[in-house]
Amino acid sequence: MNPWPFVIAAYAIALVATAGLLLASFVSMRRAEAKADSLRNRK
Amino acid sequence: MHALANPARFLRIAKPATGWCFAIGLVLAIAGVVGGLTLTPPDYLQGETVRIMYVHVPAAWLGMAGWAGIAAAALSQLVWRHPLAAVAGRAIAPCGAVFTAICLATGSIWGRPTWGTWWQWDGRLTSMLILFFLYLGYIALAAAESERSGDGRITAIFGLVGAINLPIIHYSVLWWRTLHQGQSISFSGSTIAPSILWPLPLTFFGFTLLFAAAVLMRMRGELARARVEARLRRASAE
Repeated sequence: MNPWPFVIAAYAIALVATAGLLLASFVSMRRAEAKADSLRNRK
Repeated sequence: MHALANPARFLRIAKPATGWCFAIGLVLAIAGVVGGLTLTPPDYLQGETVRIMYVHVPAAWLGMAGWAGIAAAALSQLVWRHPLAAVAGRAIAPCGAVFTAICLATGSIWGRPTWGTWWQWDGRLTSMLILFFLYLGYIALAAAESERSGDGRITAIFGLVGAINLPIIHYSVLWWRTLHQGQSISFSGSTIAPSILWPLPLTFFGFTLLFAAAVLMRMRGELARARVEARLRRASAE
């Protein structure tokens, strides 16, 4: 059994899931902070 | 920890810490992944599949450490009424769930060429799957409680009770000797050859710092949303 497809699949899942988590967290934070800043500046 | 009870003080530290955790974590994780894929020799027994260890082990650690963080936050919320504890618990949960899912998926992929099966109802695998379901339950409970403006006490109690699963996961390989291998790394040493082991600390600390960066970003997002809500409530009251 060729082991490389298993190794590549494991790394792909780990890296894509980690990148997805970081990107989703960043986008959600930026949106919330931009909204908070715009409300503060409106006053 | 009490010094960080003030959200403004927490944000002063969290803002630069997010960038540092992300940058150092990324460098360490890339170095560990590249080293693990290209510079280490294949294992004499498992061959090339041993390389899955460099992502599987940090994911398992972060799945468990995430719930330990939730339990610590729950304790701090229930005992000391720490104002950021509930925010921390809610921020950790999705990150812990993602790394537990990575652990289960990479473990299953590792199991197929090594054990000849994708899944077995082995003590370690089953207790890790239970941890994943606990994360889903915690996320659903936290969302339901915040929707009805609860104080998060039920979610915190759930976080504390769920911590019972952590020693079960840790000792599962000793209590039920089935398919999953026993502990190969401990404080006293390792049974893994140094030529294979060296990238593991890099991915271990790298992914841990990336996890910390994600948690800090989620906490900052939650605090910003709370500021927006408070401002809108004040504006509507005026």
